Amino acid sequence: MIDESVRWLDDRLGIAKGGRTLLDKIFPDHWSFMLGEIALYSFVVLIATGVFLSLYFVPSAHEVVYHGSYLPLRGQRVSEAYSSTVGLSFDVKSGLLIRQTHHWAADVFLGSIAVHMARIFFTGAFRKPRELNWIVGVTMLMLGIVNGFLGYSLPDDLVSGTGIRIAYSIIESVPLVGSYLGFFLFGGNYPGNGVIIPRFYILHVLILPVIIGGLIAVHLGLLVKQKHTQFPGKGKTEDNVVGTPMFPTFIAKTTGFMFMTSAVLLLLGGLAQINPIWQFGQYEPYQISYAVQPDWYMGWLDGALRIMPSWEWVGWGHTLPLEVFLPAVVFPGLTFGFFWGWPHIEKRFTKDLATHNLLDRPRDRPKRTAFGAAMLMFYFMLFAASSTDVMANFFDVSLNVVLWTFRVIVFVIPIITYFVTYQICNEMRAAEGIGKRKRAMVVSRSDTGAYSTVTAEPRPGDDAHELDAIPVPTYINLTPEELETGPGVRRVMR
Amino acid sequence: MSDESTVKPTAPLPVAALDDPHQLPYARHPGRAQAVAVVAMIIGILGCIGFGITYWVSDQTQWEAVTLGVGLLGLGFGVTAWGKYLMAQGPFVEERHPFNSSDEEVKEITAAITQRGGIVVGRRKLLGGLFAIGSLAFGVVAAFPLIRSLGPKPGRMLFVTNWRRNSQLVTVDGRPVHKNDLEVGGVLTVFPRGFAGSSPDQTILLRIEELGPEDPPLSLASPGRSDWTALGYVAYSKMCTHLGCPVGLYQEQTVELVCPCHQSIFNVLAGAVPEFGPAPRPLPQLPIKVQNGFLVAQDGYNQPIGPGFWERP
Repeated sequence: MIDESVRWLDDRLGIAKGGRTLLDKIFPDHWSFMLGEIALYSFVVLIATGVFLSLYFVPSAHEVVYHGSYLPLRGQRVSEAYSSTVGLSFDVKSGLLIRQTHHWAADVFLGSIAVHMARIFFTGAFRKPRELNWIVGVTMLMLGIVNGFLGYSLPDDLVSGTGIRIAYSIIESVPLVGSYLGFFLFGGNYPGNGVIIPRFYILHVLILPVIIGGLIAVHLGLLVKQKHTQFPGKGKTEDNVVGTPMFPTFIAKTTGFMFMTSAVLLLLGGLAQINPIWQFGQYEPYQISYAVQPDWYMGWLDGALRIMPSWEWVGWGHTLPLEVFLPAVVFPGLTFGFFWGWPHIEKRFTKDLATHNLLDRPRDRPKRTAFGAAMLMFYFMLFAASSTDVMANFFDVSLNVVLWTFRVIVFVIPIITYFVTYQICNEMRAAEGIGKRKRAMVVSRSDTGAYSTVTAEPRPGDDAHELDAIPVPTYINLTPEELETGPGVRRVMR
Repeated sequence: MSDESTVKPTAPLPVAALDDPHQLPYARHPGRAQAVAVVAMIIGILGCIGFGITYWVSDQTQWEAVTLGVGLLGLGFGVTAWGKYLMAQGPFVEERHPFNSSDEEVKEITAAITQRGGIVVGRRKLLGGLFAIGSLAFGVVAAFPLIRSLGPKPGRMLFVTNWRRNSQLVTVDGRPVHKNDLEVGGVLTVFPRGFAGSSPDQTILLRIEELGPEDPPLSLASPGRSDWTALGYVAYSKMCTHLGCPVGLYQEQTVELVCPCHQSIFNVLAGAVPEFGPAPRPLPQLPIKVQNGFLVAQDGYNQPIGPGFWERP
């Protein structure tokens, strides 16, 4: 049966030659290689739940009277987008679970991309020959943030509508063409002529997912072509990859991981309420709720807008709203330009043009590690600054104190982080045997009262590291008795 | 294809005995590992069945999440345990062959591109030029429907609102605002009659003091606007000059308007100048008066409302 299928396909596509290489593709065993898989499987969950949602969501600003089962809204005039979102939450079976899982999956998708990217950065996996894949990944991060914002905007509730209003004003702040861009995108002066939700919808469900899906294919295709990086270790060189084969071991582990990722997202979606739009109410441009906060991945931009001084520039008959344009247009532009260019920028400093397949331990590149930690801290400080009002309330201090504190620490803490991280890296490099898994020591007391210490038995897998790596074998000889000795045959009896 | 496969030396496929240490399972006690995987998968199956039952019986969101979550978690854990503990532990190795080509191959393809292309384009400069111009023309005209059809030009729309001389102040329901509608400390969102709910016209009406027609007007610390208030009422555009959020929070004790989006604070008694936060300009003030007991606008706004934009003088 399998034999016939393979032969049928091989006669038409020649799969046998390359197929065997693919089955034998080696995946290095390190937990940090799993972070990208979280992003991949979150994307799978996003597509699956998103298709379900698209069957019920109506992307329209058309006003209707709500007649669904949520009593407090009955009889109110709301948009079809809002009404259908409340409807698919309460009147479609499993709808609320799927909708909240979709929202959680988006948050986890971007979170896992960010952590995955940090792993690539700190281990130097972006170096030659993998600069292209770094650029593809950064592009997916950017598109993911944009698509997250678009999806968050679709239900037309009070919180997301305020977000769209802010986005409009940001577009308006662009010199020369800002008001034209805003009018073209929204079909008129804010809030436009009702086209923004259908436009966001087609971008959110078709255009951006197709681009992201295509980039995922490129990302994984490059990964197969260039093969994985690996940490240095016994038998691991620049010219090989040591680990477990695609089939069957990696397939089993990653399939299980896909199920577990989906399970966690479903548990979050069903047990942790997210974006209860029926509490916020329909968006009206003259209404606002108290706690206006975007999803987490927009926090750094919101924080930058909050702590920016009010530096509007007026002159020669024109206004340049620098208090918006700098933090919300120039700053993200610089951020992603810098991310895209990072492999090239680092080469400027290291003058390292060689091909690298072995990863760096972060401590062995103290400057890069310290710089990366400082950058992470900078963006984290901006993220924290997006809750100035909450902090002022929580710590019972004035907003002014919180604001000025952030204006200072957003620069000071990253600088401190740089030097502290640099010092930690250097001290770790100086320490003996650091980074190696330590065997436990077992202390026992004899009946005469003497103490003795022995090294514990190796943990499962420890002894595997002491074996020499072999190519993935076939299993033609199924029993040791049938095994014939000859070239390419390893026979080890226990 | 057949040439390639005959030239390529066929390396003998590596064969290993099943008792080779590389083929041993990762777990030291495979029986126990299998037992764990079996239990996990049974829990997974039960969880999935539980979801099915929950769906038909109650459609209760939390129980659906728990049953399906436990179901997938059990199956996932079982398969992962199978892969991680019961399959060959290796380590296995794969050679990494350099995929870049030889210098000659690189030179050959570069030459092929430049020489073939050079000959073709060099001999037919006219065709090359025309095609370049044509592509450019297509690119430019394709942008017309793609961009220009999207919406109208801004024109004067960002400069004007629907507030006119003697526009009547109405609530969002369209009800005219009477001079006794607000007590001291009260606020109300108002619109010009006929435009209730309109975004650029949203205006916040505040009553600071209870003054009679003969009393001296509210003393706002903004020159030239002493007669813009009426009976202790004052009206400002509700659209924040930072990013256009409604300035919806009124702090009565300090007489300040607060924007909840980015915490800009406007001093109502000083002509709504921003005292704090990123907002760059005061909220524009709407001059109001009392006519037949109802509040009306003396005139429209004397400047564009809302956030800054390039054409704003």
